[in-house]
Amino acid sequence: MAELKLMKGNEAFAEAAIRAGADGYFGYPITPQSEVIEYLMAEQPENRTGMVVVQAESEVAAINMVYGGAGSGKKVLTSSSSPGISLKLEGISYLAGAELPAVILNVVRGGPGLGTIQPSQADYNQAVKGGGHGDYQLYVLAPASVQEMADFVEDAFDIAFKYRAPVLVLSDGLIGQMMEKVYLKDQKPRWTEEEIHKMSGDWATYGRKDGRERNIITSLDLKSEKMEARVHRLQAKYKQMEEEDLRFEEIQTEDADYLIVAYGSSARIAQKTIQLAREKGHKVGILRPITLFPYPKKRLMEMTKQLKGILSVELNMGQMVDDIRLAVEHKIPVEHFGRTGGIIHTPEEILEALEEKIIKG
Amino acid sequence: MDIKDIIKPENQVYVKTKLMTDNELSYCPGCGHGTTHRLMMEVVEEMGIADKTIGVAPVGCSVLAYDFMNVDMQQAAHGRAPALATAMSRLMPEKYVFTYQGDGDLAAIGTAETIHACNRGENIVIVFINNGIYGMTGGQMAPTTLPGMRSSTSPYGRDTALMGSPIKMTELIANLPGVYSVSRHAVHTPKHVRKTKKALRKAFENTRLKKGLSFIEVVSNCNSGWKMTPRDSNVWLEENMLPFYELGDIKVDGKLIQK
Amino acid sequence: MAKIRGAIVVDTEKCKGCEVCVPACPTEVIGMSKEVNGKGYHFAYMENPDACTGCSNCAIVCPDGVISVFRVKVEE
Repeated sequence: MAELKLMKGNEAFAEAAIRAGADGYFGYPITPQSEVIEYLMAEQPENRTGMVVVQAESEVAAINMVYGGAGSGKKVLTSSSSPGISLKLEGISYLAGAELPAVILNVVRGGPGLGTIQPSQADYNQAVKGGGHGDYQLYVLAPASVQEMADFVEDAFDIAFKYRAPVLVLSDGLIGQMMEKVYLKDQKPRWTEEEIHKMSGDWATYGRKDGRERNIITSLDLKSEKMEARVHRLQAKYKQMEEEDLRFEEIQTEDADYLIVAYGSSARIAQKTIQLAREKGHKVGILRPITLFPYPKKRLMEMTKQLKGILSVELNMGQMVDDIRLAVEHKIPVEHFGRTGGIIHTPEEILEALEEKIIKG
Repeated sequence: MDIKDIIKPENQVYVKTKLMTDNELSYCPGCGHGTTHRLMMEVVEEMGIADKTIGVAPVGCSVLAYDFMNVDMQQAAHGRAPALATAMSRLMPEKYVFTYQGDGDLAAIGTAETIHACNRGENIVIVFINNGIYGMTGGQMAPTTLPGMRSSTSPYGRDTALMGSPIKMTELIANLPGVYSVSRHAVHTPKHVRKTKKALRKAFENTRLKKGLSFIEVVSNCNSGWKMTPRDSNVWLEENMLPFYELGDIKVDGKLIQK
Repeated sequence: MAKIRGAIVVDTEKCKGCEVCVPACPTEVIGMSKEVNGKGYHFAYMENPDACTGCSNCAIVCPDGVISVFRVKVEE
């Protein structure tokens, strides 16, 4: 039954996973996202839909459980936070190489190393450059609300199975922990065996039903020509993602002289900034990328015709700012502002930075 | 009677199972991998479960196991096979899931995955090929390399003071309550081959009866890594590996065998 | 009185000349050929065919599964 609830971001994600008809969740505790697995264990979705929930012995084990499940054609997901995502990168590279559909949530915390448990956006580069080794990309969704934490689960699975590729939902500790109202969708039934055979019978390993040819899930290609072909195949997917599944939002950009580019929590906070800015007479808008890969490069380039400058607002020392600079090919000034260490920038701080670095500069 | 009269289709009593593909095995001449693969596929064929069996290949010499075994297979990151198998077995409880792993895969990088899948008592079969060396990467020391045994990273022989003693993973995991059946075998003589096949059959039957985890270690030669001829390596195996890695049942039907 | 006669067929191109079958045979049937196959291996063959009983020991111990075994009862 569709319903309206007040929920924490992490818990909304977990509930949405059950309702999206996920077959399995494999995870490991780490702050600030342990609520995902705690919620799932408490909800006992095996009684609701038969969904399997396993607390693995490590993030490494969890991502490999996801690989095994995804290879069998099942809807599976995992979640972690920055240090745990680093542990998963090998597995994520394998998922990409073996062309497996899976959803991974990163509730980003301050780093590097063990870091802090407060929010951050310092995993941007890790996320949009793929993260692990090799020539691949992840489709990256960046929620900016508890509603999007819930909605993006199904969106992520749709993309994962459309492209047979892993999808990363890049959240942060603020959104994971905060509580907002969220509309939860109706329960989507889990796929039946027949549906899986029909959809994924040409690649998934669920047993050689009716004596079909064996399916092999692997990312190994010792013959260079085959490896090259595989990599080209992956690249074609990413190109298609750029053409068909790019998502972004614009707020008050029609008349904007200056633009803030921000995602996730930073975008939320920046909404107050542009209100303050406009009260002072500055025409500022926000472009909020919803997918970080693919990135709204074309739109940014288009906007250089109207803009005098761009401020990238990120809870890090400057990661997305480089992608903006690349996108606008240095046609207009692009600067960065962001707090780090788990400190959240205030709307006033952002306005001050905008004024100093972009409006006056 | 002429040989031509003996070699007739109706007189055939043994041929390699069709569940081994026609691909030439990439293993060195004489390597126990080939024998073990074949025994597993014979068991799967005889049980009629080829359409329900999924295997997980490791990283190591047998990374290409999926080229040789004619069942659905996944290739896992180094050491992670039991994690893949855990998910597969839980998501598809009616299927027969096995991992096939070498000593580096199972007892070095994969130690945590091995122990925890065993501890959870997943309904899978783990086949552990122990040849006391890292074959694929050129003969380095393994967690199961014997004391004094030479390898490319223990060129003067394994010094247990510096490098630790060999780990008997099999005995370690046998103590975990979730593990139902544990045994150690070999495949270098016909007698051993027949015993190993029986053990493999029992393991897959355990899966069918949802008894929990079945663990079979196969002590094998690695003539390339040990730098011997295949025949000499099998003699060396009998004289050195088997006294240390004792063959036989270690846990049967959930109970440890008292020695 | 019936006698068991056996014979093996070796896929000589797939045989890697490992010789593990040689000591497996209880009646010393198998030898290694002087010729080599396309890969340069000396392959196994029935050097002493009359002694073969079709017990399959060689076939089951062969790592590459290159041996097929035939067996027939012969009335004396």
